[in-house]
Amino acid sequence: MNVWQFMLQNQSEVAGLTLEHLWLVGVSTALAVSIGVPLGILVTRWPLLNKPVLGGANIIQTIPSLALFGFLLPAPWIGARADRLAILALTLYALLPLIRNTSAGIKSVDPAVVEAGRGMGMTSRQLLWQVELPLALGVIIAGVRVATVISIGLATIAAAIGAGGLGEYIFRGLAMVNNQVILAGAIPAAALALFADVSLGWLEKRLSPR
Amino acid sequence: MPDAPGGPAIEIRNVFYRLPNGLTLLHGLNLEVQTGETLVLLGRSGSGKSTTLKLINHLLVPSDGEVLVNGRSTRDWDAIRLRRMIGYVIQEIGLFPHFSVERNIGLVPRIENWPADRIRARVQELMKLVGLDPQLASRYPRQLSGGQRQRVGVARALAADPPILLMDEPFGALDPLTRAQLQREFVGLQRRLRKTVVFVTHDLREALLVGTRIALLEAGRLVTVQFASEFAQSTDPLAAEWVAAFAGSAETPIEGEAV
Repeated sequence: MNVWQFMLQNQSEVAGLTLEHLWLVGVSTALAVSIGVPLGILVTRWPLLNKPVLGGANIIQTIPSLALFGFLLPAPWIGARADRLAILALTLYALLPLIRNTSAGIKSVDPAVVEAGRGMGMTSRQLLWQVELPLALGVIIAGVRVATVISIGLATIAAAIGAGGLGEYIFRGLAMVNNQVILAGAIPAAALALFADVSLGWLEKRLSPR
Repeated sequence: MPDAPGGPAIEIRNVFYRLPNGLTLLHGLNLEVQTGETLVLLGRSGSGKSTTLKLINHLLVPSDGEVLVNGRSTRDWDAIRLRRMIGYVIQEIGLFPHFSVERNIGLVPRIENWPADRIRARVQELMKLVGLDPQLASRYPRQLSGGQRQRVGVARALAADPPILLMDEPFGALDPLTRAQLQREFVGLQRRLRKTVVFVTHDLREALLVGTRIALLEAGRLVTVQFASEFAQSTDPLAAEWVAAFAGSAETPIEGEAV
């Protein structure tokens, strides 16, 4: 039996795991955006925070994913359900590209444009919403794109703690020493990553000024 | 030359400006800008011209001394209110690349919450005033020539009809022909509008053309202030050096240009 036949026979399970996978990635990315973008803005306003915030996000990235899932296991409420745990871990991993790209995007705005805006009497808030964020949007979306693609890959490991997703097949296949089953998880995950990369890349181009 | 000045619109009183690293950019500057005149700040790079401009619209705060605008210290002004009554034009122009020409020009009226139809009418009026084809209103800055862009920059600065205009080498990045044209147009515009203008340049020819008075700065100090018509005859050695340098490079004698 080849992998396509396997996936066809188990299509409702494949679809279910794919949805689960998307849910883990979607929720964690949304959370990471809502935390990472404000943090990225914050570090451009208070440069003193730049090092600790980016350093912290960097350190999180260096923790091996399996270890991070394990570390979070004893956390109250979070640790009670595997999917909460997975979402938290994926959120933490996605923070670095979001913080870094948001601050880099804002810093890349032509200083003359910012000076002209300030000189004409725009408030900091008006500058941020009308000038800096729109001009940084392409770079911020590029951060979302990197974070999403990384999360889709990482989320397969969440199956190790029972959070579900396409990693289920990968771990099951590993245990059964069955390549078909591994591929039944790996191929849809790769397809998801590819799709996210292309569609967010398109969005990035659309929203970049010039 | 201009009508009798209506008193100082801007007073710079014994102003020092130091950078955090201790470098002093301005050493006790004293200067008055009369209402309705064009005061040129002339000097080489690093003489403190742009710093002086930024002290007027509170982009910078004096380390010592004070700057008064309409008789009130910039420290006491609400910075946002102050800046909205001062037009600001810079060499890099700083147009918002994601805004159309119309939105760029209408920026200050919009953040001042003018009604939309009044903004539209004002933008049309300004585009005519600075010699821009009204059809360009929907274009984006990248689709314009350098000269058109700077016209948009000037129109944007004039949008809310500010009594004061700060211009930091506004025509410095343009090709010589366009620059000469914009300089002439600016002189004509200023003859009609009678704004209080502080104009920064390192080009004596431009200073003589646009200025009512010229303030010569050197290394953060004021060297001399002269009426533009008298600058070429100045006895100040540094002013004479400037005149000589420009006379040497000119095809036509420089005195001929002091209108």
